[in-house]
Amino acid sequence: MARTSEISTSEPGSVPTMGRGVQLLLLALGALVLIGAPFVVYPVFAMTMLCFALFAAAFNLLLGYTGLLSFGHAAFFGGAAYFTAHAAKVWGWNPEFALALGVLGATALGVVIGAIAIRRQGIYFAMITLALAQMFFFFCLQVPFTHGEDGIQAVPRGHLFGFIDLNDTMTMYFFVLAVFVLGLVLIWRFVNSPFGMILKAIRENEPRAISLGYATAQYKLGAFVMSAALAGMAGGLKALVMQFATLTDVDWHMSGQVVLMTLIGGIGTLLGPVLGAGIVIALQNLLATSAFPVTIITGLVFMVCVMLFRRGLIGELAHSRLGRALGLRPPG
Amino acid sequence: MIFGIPIQAFMGQILIGLINGSFYALLSLGLAVIFGLLRVINFAHGAQYMLGAFVALLALNWLGLNYWFALILAPLVVGAFGALLERTMLSRLYQLDHLYGLLFTFGLALTLEGTMRWYFGASGQPYAAPAALTGAVNLGFMVLPIYRGWVILASLIVCLAVWALIEKTRLGATLRAATENPTLVQSFGINVPMLLTLTYALGAGLAAIAGVLAAPIYQVSPLMGSNIIIVVFAVVVVGGMGSIMGAIVTGYLLGIAEGLTKVFYPEASNIVIFVIMAIVLILRPAGLFGKEA
Repeated sequence: MARTSEISTSEPGSVPTMGRGVQLLLLALGALVLIGAPFVVYPVFAMTMLCFALFAAAFNLLLGYTGLLSFGHAAFFGGAAYFTAHAAKVWGWNPEFALALGVLGATALGVVIGAIAIRRQGIYFAMITLALAQMFFFFCLQVPFTHGEDGIQAVPRGHLFGFIDLNDTMTMYFFVLAVFVLGLVLIWRFVNSPFGMILKAIRENEPRAISLGYATAQYKLGAFVMSAALAGMAGGLKALVMQFATLTDVDWHMSGQVVLMTLIGGIGTLLGPVLGAGIVIALQNLLATSAFPVTIITGLVFMVCVMLFRRGLIGELAHSRLGRALGLRPPG
Repeated sequence: MIFGIPIQAFMGQILIGLINGSFYALLSLGLAVIFGLLRVINFAHGAQYMLGAFVALLALNWLGLNYWFALILAPLVVGAFGALLERTMLSRLYQLDHLYGLLFTFGLALTLEGTMRWYFGASGQPYAAPAALTGAVNLGFMVLPIYRGWVILASLIVCLAVWALIEKTRLGATLRAATENPTLVQSFGINVPMLLTLTYALGAGLAAIAGVLAAPIYQVSPLMGSNIIIVVFAVVVVGGMGSIMGAIVTGYLLGIAEGLTKVFYPEASNIVIFVIMAIVLILRPAGLFGKEA
């Protein structure tokens, strides 16, 4: 199955001893950037980036580490945004409970969609997830609580745990940052667990994993649900940040966008999707005021990435000499 | 009256279902033909359908060419464009995971849709049916607009012609052989890369024909393709891409199922095809006509 491993070539690279120190330095630098960001750029913009970065990282959990391309992740992202928005606005829940409801809803959706979709592999899997997500889109279009074309507007951010006022932008930023870091740590933990190892085995060679006695369908469903839940966390968070949830969040373009973010940054790398999300959001922000449609750029970037650098930015860096010197391991 | 529904309304919805089914059949046929040989899911199929409709519109507005010319011109233009794309870009992706073909054509679809939207705006533009096909005939139990009857007939003819081309001719036999074992067929001195290019052009051309047929019924809009392509994907999953006839039959059947749902439970008519897809996947994952497990 040389073809499957093409999705992310794994090459056992030896980590140079100097790498550890450089990595810690990079980590510290990253932390500094994340903490300093709201003081430099518009905070809502930084928060949006974090939400989408978490979304892309959750998506990558499935594509990069299990080898399943879902074209329906908008359902989990947008669905959770609706659930969280509804709970916070109509029921007046605290943000942490509203967010939890979003995650729970996305998890439930993930179980249903995942159980149906994992019955087929490869491109069929992609088409099935796309179709089921589109079904959810029509559902959202028609049920009353989503308010159709208007969406749920003016969602209150409320008070975290009842006493931390999230209407303060800086407080909100650090809440979003905390959730984002929690999400990434969860993903990192998940990928490096025995469960994650089995997922990689399935990605590389599913028949062999089956012959080793693993019930691969259950592992794939597990990864799917985990990915859906984290995508839901990103979606719920986004509803609190932007204070609205609309049909755009469940639209199939959103599913395509998260694929692009992951592809640009690097499929199967931990930081790639985060970087990719930053680039895509920045690009959209840049083009938002011009008449030039973003879809043209998005589409072209898609084509260029597929044709020329399939490893993505982080993936290419990890394969380069500089990457090796920095102690970055090629994805795998 | 059938099940408490007036027969006029009932037949009317069946007719709409058949028309939608005609488009589903034409489009899923093209997808199946492309997938059969290239192993690429052509996400740009909806965009090529949209381009077909635009060729008809622009041929009329800019060149004064009528519907019948458009019906020939559109598949040629879109097919040639498809051949160019296949030759220069898509063909480089065959040796990779199939998912890259899907991602590439997805990007292509976005680019085409965005470009057309930039030039022509997102709103639909009307395209008049040719004079020979306007009006309606009274069939006794219902009134049939002639153009709609023509669409059903034309799509049936095209579908059957493509089926015959692939299943009954020598060229079709070569195509099928190349699907089974391209290396062996190439060693017989047959230009397989050329065959692949022609196949992609054929698929794109079929989408363009569907677009021209659709132009007088739906409005010509840059978004018309992305709305239909996801439904067609579901059709393809239900039918299974193993068989050409399977793709055609499933297209019509699901169109009718959608029409019937509009009669009995209109709220669900948007999602009925997806629901059927889910049920088929649970009961028979390979699809109704699929071979692989």
